[in-house]
Amino acid sequence: MAPLPVVIPLMVAAVLAAVGHSFHRRVLDSIALATSAGVTAVCGLLAVESTHHVIVYWFGNWQPSAHAHFPVGICFMIDPIGAGLAALTSFLVLAAFTFSWSYFESVKAIYHILMLVFLGAMCGLCLSGDLFNLFVWFELMTAAGVALCGYKSEEGQSLQGALNFAVLNTAGALLSLGGVALVYAYTGSLNMCEVGQTLARHHSSTGFLCVSFLFIISGFLVKAAVFPFHFWLADAHAVAPTPVCVLFSGVMVELGVYAVARIYWVVFSGAAAPSTSAIRTVFLIVGALTTIVGALYCFGQRHLKRLLAFSTISHVGVMVLGLAILQPEGLAGSAIYLIGHGLVKASLFIGAGILLHRFGSVDEFDLLGRCREVLPIGLLMALGAAGLAGLPPFATFLGEKTIEEAARHVHQPWIVAIIVFAEILTSGAVLRFTMRVFGGWGKARELTLHGAPHIDTKPETTGQHSHVPLFMWGPMLVLLLAACLVALPWAARSGIRQEIQRFETPGIYMDAVLLGKTAAAPAAKPAVAMLGFSWEQVIVLIGMIGLALGALASGSAKYRFGSSVARLLLRAQAALRRLQSGRVGDYVAWFTIGIAVYGALLVFLR
Amino acid sequence: MSAQIVTYAGFIVAGWLFLTGLYGIITSRHLVHLCLSMTVVQASTYVLLAVIGYRPGLPAPIFVNMPAGSPAVDPVIQALMLTDIVVEATVIALLLAITVRIHRRTSTADPNEVDIMRG
Repeated sequence: MAPLPVVIPLMVAAVLAAVGHSFHRRVLDSIALATSAGVTAVCGLLAVESTHHVIVYWFGNWQPSAHAHFPVGICFMIDPIGAGLAALTSFLVLAAFTFSWSYFESVKAIYHILMLVFLGAMCGLCLSGDLFNLFVWFELMTAAGVALCGYKSEEGQSLQGALNFAVLNTAGALLSLGGVALVYAYTGSLNMCEVGQTLARHHSSTGFLCVSFLFIISGFLVKAAVFPFHFWLADAHAVAPTPVCVLFSGVMVELGVYAVARIYWVVFSGAAAPSTSAIRTVFLIVGALTTIVGALYCFGQRHLKRLLAFSTISHVGVMVLGLAILQPEGLAGSAIYLIGHGLVKASLFIGAGILLHRFGSVDEFDLLGRCREVLPIGLLMALGAAGLAGLPPFATFLGEKTIEEAARHVHQPWIVAIIVFAEILTSGAVLRFTMRVFGGWGKARELTLHGAPHIDTKPETTGQHSHVPLFMWGPMLVLLLAACLVALPWAARSGIRQEIQRFETPGIYMDAVLLGKTAAAPAAKPAVAMLGFSWEQVIVLIGMIGLALGALASGSAKYRFGSSVARLLLRAQAALRRLQSGRVGDYVAWFTIGIAVYGALLVFLR
Repeated sequence: MSAQIVTYAGFIVAGWLFLTGLYGIITSRHLVHLCLSMTVVQASTYVLLAVIGYRPGLPAPIFVNMPAGSPAVDPVIQALMLTDIVVEATVIALLLAITVRIHRRTSTADPNEVDIMRG
């Protein structure tokens, strides 16, 4: 059953590519829905099955034998974290296909084919146990993603977004491949476990380790859109069709963080143990910068999709902060946060799609007060804002608390302040948008949005629509409910902590992959403290509402306080906006500078 | 000794190609030039892989006229390189397709003139 999450979507895509052009639209939709539902089920089963022991699947049965002491074959290494992520991916694909049922009149078979290839590539990335295959899945993901991003190829900005996406991600992927090649030259293997074991055994020089580590993760850092590699993300997300945005923001970007964590723990954690503090420092810097910059950009947007895209950057920063703690508690927080954020963000993007379908725009000022007739959608969007703010009962709350707890545990309490800051800004931005378009508040042009780009997004459906179909608001509601439900069983937290403990114990994977031994997951240590609604949540709640109201009121001269905060934000945003030039050359220059700076930091601090 | 020189020279060439390609992308004023610069970056990975698989004086790993198990250059690397070429050809095809579309849409191929989105 192990290879099915990759085989099913790719096979169906191949069949559709051969014969799908003659099929009726509804037939294609049904096939796609059935496929993604099937993959969700398979991934869920795999996740449950792998709680007992790591499942290792060798393609073509090329197992490491007694004669050849290193594995020649390519394997899938399946644990509940990877399989769970694959399940989340396929669930979001299912939601995206459900949404596109009444969307996209002009859709052709190529859309379903690309989405299924995209799904297969993402599942492959989640399950792969081979460094080179990680690169191949990454590139397949990029190729399918770029094609989907530029799907509306009659629009100039779609093409610009796709171009920036393709160039940045390919440059990153090639540097990753360079890193994989260096590691292969040193260890003679591509299997993650084998490479990790050899690196640890040979006491490799820390300089080599730092450089090859940075090279290998560089592609995934570009995918995760950390600062300063984040520029492509906003351009691509703002222009991609809504169902594609759901996948981009909901899971594709986060897979970059997952791959970095996987590579660090399985391949490098053993060998790089002496430089742990350097790696932690660099990741903390990356995470903090990404979180703050993303939040500042986010608040200064009037185009809903672009606003949500920048909020994704900020939240990825939070996940990187959790990872940077380099302890099970922090990574467990990131994992829960990832799931919660993915579901909430997917729901909000579907909300954006609904507005685009119903009113033909996602611009804050174009829509001002016009959306009052679909108030329930506004209510759901406000709930989504609460989800982004990390308020209970959303899973983001649980994840955020776990990260903060871990941060205090390693005496880095400033992480908490950064997370609170980012959550206030991102959720405040969504709330402000919601209040303005659904409530018609803040008619005066507000200061904070001075200079915000106005991007003309054409509706993706034709004609006038007087109602919002069930297939659109249904997934939005279900995703929000799911974001609450995954956090509801509080025991899930100890389950995830246990899995993360295994995730961070490379020896378990090495035994399973190289020796075929299966070991049970280690028992989780008891939680450090009980989680409850504490002062951070109160601050975030007050801050989010206050910021939204302040921003709405900042246009009128009556509210001095609001406008002074707004001016401060405005100045920071104006500086950042100049960086987001839309030119691919500038972005690649930032990529080069970023790699050089992070590399230098890593090498000097080691 | 000579094998080491080849290896070091290969690493230097690969690094040089990578940086040259990036420089080309950064300063590009034409999308086709940008795509070609990308192929230069890609070429750096081919050179790097070729150098890593290189064993002085040994033949290609095609065991038709020689007994199986006789020494040859690293076959895994050759598999990686082929896969890499296929993957990168796909990406370049996509980039060129986007270029054609952009040219048709905006009648320019200068990446600095298609920047509709900013900020």
